[in-house]
Amino acid sequence: MRLGLSVCLASTLALAAAPAMADTITIATVNNGDMIRMQGYTDEFTKQTGHDVEWVTLEENVLRQRVTTDITTKGGQFDIMTIGMYEAPIWGSNGWLVPLDDLSEEYDVDDILPAMAGGLSHDGTLYAAPFYGESSMIMYRTDLMEEAGLEMPDAPSWAFIAKAARAMTDRENDINGICLRGKAGWGEGGAFITAMANSFGARVFDEEWNAQLDSREWNDTLTFFVNMMEDSGPAGYATNGFNENLSLFQQGKCGMWIDATVAASFVTNPDDSTVADKVGFALAPDNGMGVRSNWLWAWALAIPAGTQKEDAAKQFIEWATSKDYIELVAANEGWANVPPGARTSLYENANYQEVPFAKMTLDSILSADPNNSTVDPTPYVGVQFAAIPEWAGFWTEVSQEFSAAYAGQQTVEEALEKAQAIVNDAVEAAGYR
Amino acid sequence: MARAVTTRRKTINTALAWAIGLLIFFPILWTILTSFKTEGQAIADPPIFFFFDWTLENYAIVQERSNYMRFLWNSVIIAIGSTLLGVAIAIPAAWSMAFVPSKRTKDILLWMLSTKMLPAVGVLYPIYLIFIELGLLDSRAGLVIVLMLINLPIIVWMLYTYFKEIPGEILEAARMDGASLRSEILYVLTPMAIPGIASTVLLNVILAWNEAFWTLNLTAVNAAPLTAFIASYSSPEGLFYAKLSAASTMAIAPILILGWFSQKQLVRGLTFGAVK
Repeated sequence: MRLGLSVCLASTLALAAAPAMADTITIATVNNGDMIRMQGYTDEFTKQTGHDVEWVTLEENVLRQRVTTDITTKGGQFDIMTIGMYEAPIWGSNGWLVPLDDLSEEYDVDDILPAMAGGLSHDGTLYAAPFYGESSMIMYRTDLMEEAGLEMPDAPSWAFIAKAARAMTDRENDINGICLRGKAGWGEGGAFITAMANSFGARVFDEEWNAQLDSREWNDTLTFFVNMMEDSGPAGYATNGFNENLSLFQQGKCGMWIDATVAASFVTNPDDSTVADKVGFALAPDNGMGVRSNWLWAWALAIPAGTQKEDAAKQFIEWATSKDYIELVAANEGWANVPPGARTSLYENANYQEVPFAKMTLDSILSADPNNSTVDPTPYVGVQFAAIPEWAGFWTEVSQEFSAAYAGQQTVEEALEKAQAIVNDAVEAAGYR
Repeated sequence: MARAVTTRRKTINTALAWAIGLLIFFPILWTILTSFKTEGQAIADPPIFFFFDWTLENYAIVQERSNYMRFLWNSVIIAIGSTLLGVAIAIPAAWSMAFVPSKRTKDILLWMLSTKMLPAVGVLYPIYLIFIELGLLDSRAGLVIVLMLINLPIIVWMLYTYFKEIPGEILEAARMDGASLRSEILYVLTPMAIPGIASTVLLNVILAWNEAFWTLNLTAVNAAPLTAFIASYSSPEGLFYAKLSAASTMAIAPILILGWFSQKQLVRGLTFGAVK
């Protein structure tokens, strides 16, 4: 099987472009499970193309700072960068990335999930190829839900989630009904609360770029969140992010956890999770307003403009994000471990359909629309962020104010008042209005 | 009676010193212990202290995934290189400030130290652009220069303090015997200040070894030291604390061993001139 795949991959790449000479390409990436797995298969790529690969693996925030510095100064340190859905359209529009508009026919660019391709494009041009994509969904303990006498619908409402959380909470046995991100940071608690606010009818800006943090919808969102977490969340939830909640859930201390779909493979892995066989999945909740509270994200590979090794870099991207790479991983490590959320064909594969979280992951991704993420219209694109360069800065400040409210250091009203001022100041300074 | 009180006080002081020492060392101890656990044991609540199945698996994975020796070698060259270069520049500077002070010597000393108060990120872009122009990005030479410049104020301050303790008359006598300035610094001043220079070197090697802003931002593959090695095991999506702990233990082990063997010199140097 492995030999067959290797031959298939080799012929695909040979057709794509036979390199005139072998290069060494440098790739900056994050230390996520799928990325590390990809590093392990790099020898396959080298065997097929002759190109060597050097990896620079960094923590997510360090990586962002590092690649941003390099790309804005044309430092030329990297031939491929791992970037997210936030950076791709902004950097693409600035001319900092090589357009991926001439990928080979065998690569089948149309197979990329439309939501992913759309989020990684600017003006219809793809600037980064998704390695894996994710949305957010509910992961819950089936045994605790049953004990509580409730049944989780496939698409629950926030009212049901709050009710179930309270019913599942058992403080004496250290079980919290629900674990959610409260940690400051635009990609941590800031991302969760923005996606949640969308389902409450809130938006960050109106169509004239006026901040809307002083609206009733934002107040409803934060008040609901704080009340539910006070009643059913873990102590110190204001400082919990993805990893802290993952740890709690794996130890059986959370009834429900709403977070990245990629976590499904962690919580169902019996090597690490004590509740691996008792996990169910459902769509992220809504509030009956037509918008769910799930986000959309992709880790993608992009080529910085100005690299001297563009051809080799494109070959690598075609290899790493191809259908054949997915089959290579499946053949060696099983279908549950392939990079999810990037290609339509993966979800049409009968083998992958047997993976317990596959359908819910796809449904979650499909229900998030970056161009239409709120109840009322907005001038920005993005679900849990607005794709503008200033977002990461001011939304980190806003999330710090929210975290202070979660920790009881200020009221929800005070946090929203400060957030309103922060956002208005930022967009005014940037000249949006 | 007096002897009994003294003994009791000694016991209390010793116990207190051990307690404080253990408290300070505890995070390092916990990191080392975690590196021998599985990922599941690493996040167990309540935490598991000593009674777990010790495993070397994390070290094996880290060894397989990363070229540890390349990171280690870069750390050694950058830390020692920047310190020696800094000391070579700082000795004449400190000599001049200690023995031939001008009206502005104190101001210059304070100004030098004030550069340490500037947030490093404030000068990231200018330095990055200079490095691009000079071809120093991802080079050990570039990092040696930057870390030398960062630590130079501390090196000058420390050497200045030690030199001030040496009577100027000895140097004057050497001059009267016909010693040149070079001979005076090399053969008279430096041998007398060896303990101070040794502790300055040790402290600055540790500072340069642990520096984690410039070493992450100015390197990629060739010059990346152990700070980059550790950073590569930190993950926002996934619990890899045991592997991260193994990487951290491997990164701090050399400097921990160096500190252990040279603690006498370090303490002597740091307390030099503290009590008059």
